[in-house]
Formats: sequence, structure tokens, C-alpha cells
Amino acid sequence: MRELAALTGRQVERHHPWPRMLVSTDRWQDAINGLVEGRWTLSGLWGDVGVVHMALMAGSDLSVLSLPCLDGHFPSVGRLHAPAARLERTISDLFGLVPLGAIDTRPWLDHGNWGLRYPLGTSQDGAAPEPYPFLSAEGEGIHQVPVGPVHAGIIEPGHFRFHANGETIVRLEARLGYTHKGIEGLMRGADLDRASKLAGRVSGDSTVAYAIAFARASEAALMMEAPDRAQWLRALMAELERLANHLGDIGAICNDASFSLMLAHCAILRERVLRAADACFGHRLMRDCVMPGGVTRDLDLAGVSSLKLLVTEVRTRFPSLVALYDNTTSLQDRTVATGALKAGLALTFGAGGYVGRASGRDFDARRALAYPPYDQLSFEVSVFQEGDVNARVWVRIREVEQSLSLIDQILGGLPDGPIHAPLSVQAGEGMALVEGFRGDILVWLRLNGEGRVERCHLRDPSWFQWPLLEAAIEGNIVADFPLCNKSFNCSYSGCDL
Amino acid sequence: MRRLLFQALMASPLTEPLSRDGDAALAELASQLNRATQARLGRSLSIRELDAGSCNGCELEINALSNAYYDLERFGLRFVASPRHADVLMVTGPVTKNMRDALRQTYEAMPRPKWVVATGDCAIDGGCFAGSPAVVGAAAQVIPVDLVIHGCPPSPASILQGLVALMGQSAK
Ligand code: SF4
Repeated sequence: MRELAALTGRQVERHHPWPRMLVSTDRWQDAINGLVEGRWTLSGLWGDVGVVHMALMAGSDLSVLSLPCLDGHFPSVGRLHAPAARLERTISDLFGLVPLGAIDTRPWLDHGNWGLRYPLGTSQDGAAPEPYPFLSAEGEGIHQVPVGPVHAGIIEPGHFRFHANGETIVRLEARLGYTHKGIEGLMRGADLDRASKLAGRVSGDSTVAYAIAFARASEAALMMEAPDRAQWLRALMAELERLANHLGDIGAICNDASFSLMLAHCAILRERVLRAADACFGHRLMRDCVMPGGVTRDLDLAGVSSLKLLVTEVRTRFPSLVALYDNTTSLQDRTVATGALKAGLALTFGAGGYVGRASGRDFDARRALAYPPYDQLSFEVSVFQEGDVNARVWVRIREVEQSLSLIDQILGGLPDGPIHAPLSVQAGEGMALVEGFRGDILVWLRLNGEGRVERCHLRDPSWFQWPLLEAAIEGNIVADFPLCNKSFNCSYSGCDL
Repeated sequence: MRRLLFQALMASPLTEPLSRDGDAALAELASQLNRATQARLGRSLSIRELDAGSCNGCELEINALSNAYYDLERFGLRFVASPRHADVLMVTGPVTKNMRDALRQTYEAMPRPKWVVATGDCAIDGGCFAGSPAVVGAAAQVIPVDLVIHGCPPSPASILQGLVALMGQSAK
């Protein structure tokens, strides 16, 4: 049954693989009501010239609704459905389209430094930076702690504003946008080669996942598929990326709980994965190895055996690290019950990845959409209910094990054949949802008839995770923030674009 | 039980990271760095890393410098939290307009003498993002840069190599 079929409109031609409808304001409102009732999940909300698009998901079905903004405004989604709020503020900043009735009208990406406003719409001269009014908290003894954008560690920049009562956090609000590079602006008019490289640089730790999402969206728009072998190699790279990131995260989370031994050992395993990736694909992060049409590097026999060695090594060493994590009470004391995220919120926000799966949201794009080759591979999606730091660690532990199994299966079943198919040049629109290590990444694009990108939107999973960090941290102590933050490990660059 | 675990886990990787891997280039680099540090500076070098809008790829590789394979602290190189404690500012990213002031302020907060290393193609000339109205481009447009390290991202080995070069220069 197609839940989303209720949202009727004029179907746009050449939009693949899911439908896109031009809808009336009434249908738009129905869509908002459905979000509020939990009938479907918001998967994306982005601007275009004179139009806003909303991607909705129900089960494994997706649909895009497009509402023309005749007078430069559209009915706010965020007014009733909080997950849309920051996406709307972004639309306002980039396109100058106004969400009518929105509660929060502060700018988001635009800090007043660009020298212009609405860079992707009808641009205007910029205003000078204005002070940013943070949300407040009132009560006796409440004080503010401002942190960032420059943090103490080697991490991305962002500002956190804490309202605390003694040690206890009453309210946390993040202000992001510091790493805004104007990627969607650079995408305009780029050919597929350059656009794919840009997509692979949206969030460095997810370069493979982004490149796959971009490639799949382009291939959908061109109504073609990459050859089998390329699809399998993509999945191989995606699992190596997941493995490396999860290993790094498990170590880093424990390190933020002052247990640096775990970091030391996990970092060694992570380095092993990166070296194997370098040996097989010529780049430690496998950057620019996935392109529309296929992949740029084939895997030779030496590569296969080095990956088999890697899997064996991680399999041998990882269980003792897991036991160490599980048996160290001082560490458990920090991670159990800390930063608990309620299941209801994870569901409302459609939180992907370990954030959602640690709070009972049983979703994984690899399983739900079963894009190749995952339709031919067997794996389990682990879901925990507790929603605390510990649960987010366990989701990662289980996913390390699953990725090892997937790599095994891929190496065993890798089909022969070409790794690249020629690309045609034609106009069309395409969309893809791909499971990165952090959660589902959405890419939507429109190609013109000259092989160039007209509009491309990339939605990082962290859009729906950052606000949840703010909810999960409430009532925790300030000193536990780094630990909670690391367990979410949201992307700054991915959201700032 | 725990003790056993510790011993088993710690035995192999930590003792022979550089030599056993047969990574000759790295071993060579390591000994150079050691000589350069001691001979020229005779002290340690503190590094403050600053992400001025990177994609986070550079940070991953800079973080890797602290793993057992590269273990940069052996050479007296260490990352510090405050710019007030730093000799070197390691900048990544195409310097977004939203980070320009933070970059300048961080640089100004550092005591003299100080050096700046633009790390990664973005910090060198804006990389892939050059020309965007949201970025400044090269870090050198905001603060004086002493050394550049190419790559997208540069590998940990080439970052170490870059630091060797810097040691040579800073002692002149
Ligand atoms: S140089 Fe490459 S890895 Fe570094 S920030 Fe730029 S795009 Fe990312």
C-alpha cells in the first residue's frame, strides 16, 4: 500500500526512481499534517528558484512534493513539525523564500559575512553581521557557558551555548554554519565529474557514501545503472568507510570518558583499515573512487588478499576490545544512562544511523531500499532501546561486526565485468538515499541537456540528529557534553554545506 | 583478567610501530624529525589545529598522527588546546567567510615567535571550493603562512614531512 499516494499532484516527468509532484498549498498542508501525525517521515526540505521541495518517506517508499512559491513564500513546515525548522531557515538564507508562520525566523547559515544575501535566489547586497539572539533559559542561578566556534580538540567548528544551573545543563543550543562553503552554489553549472568531486567533499569522513549517493542520483536522472561489479565495489568501499569510522568513534567516545587505552587500540585498527583502502584503491579515504557510471579503481587479486587479511585481523582483535569496554566499570559508569535520547523524539525526527537505532528507530537504508548489491547480501540491523551513550556504542560495535561480514560476502561474490558504463547526456532529475556510517544521506539533482548540474541538494543525516543532541543533553552535566557529543558525532561540514 | 587483556593487547603494536612495518620512508622521516628538533630547536613544538571550514577530511588525517604508527609526541610535537600555548598554527579548509574572524583572532592570540602551516589543498588555495562567494580561499589571504602541505587530505606521513621542513626553517 502506498501511504504517500494520498498526496496527489501533477507528476513531473523524468524524475527517478521515485515520483515528484507539483502540489497545491492544500496538499502541502496535508503533507505537514501527515508529518505531525507520524504517518510519514521528513527526509528532506530544500529550496530551488521559486519552488520548495519536500521529500517524504513512508516505509520504503519515497515521494517529493514541490510547491511553487508564487509570492516568494510557502506555508511553514517547521511551525508544526520541528525537524523542518533549521532546513527552512536555510532555505530563507540561501533563496530568500519565506516560510509563512515560522516560529524561529533567525538566520541559520548566513552569519552576515558573505557580503550578499540569498546567494542562490535573487541575490542582494548583504547586511552587516548582527548579534545572534540565543534561546534563553530563566531561573535563579542560571548562567551561560559559550563554547566555540574554535574548540579545544582537533574537531570541526561550531558554537554551543549552554544554560546551566551549577553543573547541570538546562538548555543547550547549537549555532552552526561556520563551515558553509557554498557547495550547492558551486554545484550549479558543474559537469558531473566536478560535481561528483564536490559531493565527495561535503563531509570528509563520508566521502564514499556521498559519492555513491551522488552517483546513484545522477544515474537515476540518466536512467541507467552502473555495472554489477561497480555496484559491488562501491559497497565494499562503503563498508570499509563504515568500519574505519566506527572504529575511530568507539575509541574516541571512550577517550572522552578518559579511557584512552581504547582509543589507542581502536586507532591502530582504524589505521589498518585506511592502509588497506590505500593499497586497494589508491587513497586512504577512497576519495574520488566512486563516480557517476561506476568506479575509477578496480580491485586486483592482491587487493582481495589484503582485505581478507584485514578482516581476519580485525575479527581477531576486536572482540577483546569489546570485552574490555564491557568489563570496565569506570567506563560503563560514564556511558550507561548518559545522554539518553527518547525513542519518540528519534522517531519524530526520523533520526538515521546509530542515533536512531540506539533509540529504537529500526531503519537502515541498505535494508529498507535494498539498493544493489545489498539486495543480494545478508546482514542484520541492530536496534537498541536505551538511547544512551552506551547504546550508541553498542550499535557501532554490532555494525563493525556486520561490516566485516559484508566485506567477506562481497569479496566472495564479486562479479566479473566492467567497472564503468558510458554516460549519456540528457536532461532529467534523480534522487538517491544511501546509508553512510552516520545515517541516510539524500541527494537530489536536476541535470540539464548538456551534462551539467542545474540544481543539486545534499542532505546530511546530521540535520535530524543535531537537534536531538540538544534534547539528549538536557539534565546532564556540562562535563559530560564532550562524551555525548562524540557519541552523536554529528557532521558540521555536512550540514553547513 | 584485565591485566592479561592489557598485556595481550599492548604487546605487539606499541613496541615496533615504525621499524616492523618496513615503512622505510616513515622511519627515515622520523629520524630526520628527531635530529631536526633536537639540533635546531632543542625543545618541543606545540601545535594548535584550526579548522577554518574544512570538509573534516584533513582533521581525520591530523588526528591519525597521534596513533601508534605515527605517534608524533615522540618527536616533541604535540597538539595543544589553547592558541596561547602554541608555536604553530595548523590551518585546514578554504577559510570560509564565517570563519575568517575566528582564524585571525586565533592567530593573534598566539605568542611570538609563531609559524603557520596551511594544511591541505583547501587551505593552500581554496581547493575545490575556490571561487565560491562563501569562502575567502587561501589561508594566506588572512594570516601569513610559512609552509604549505599539499594533499586532499595530505597523508599523515606527508604532514610529518612538512613539520620537519618547518623545523628547519623556524630555526634559521
Ligand atoms: S584539502 Fe581535501 S580533505 Fe582537506 S579540507 Fe579540503 S577537501 Fe577536505
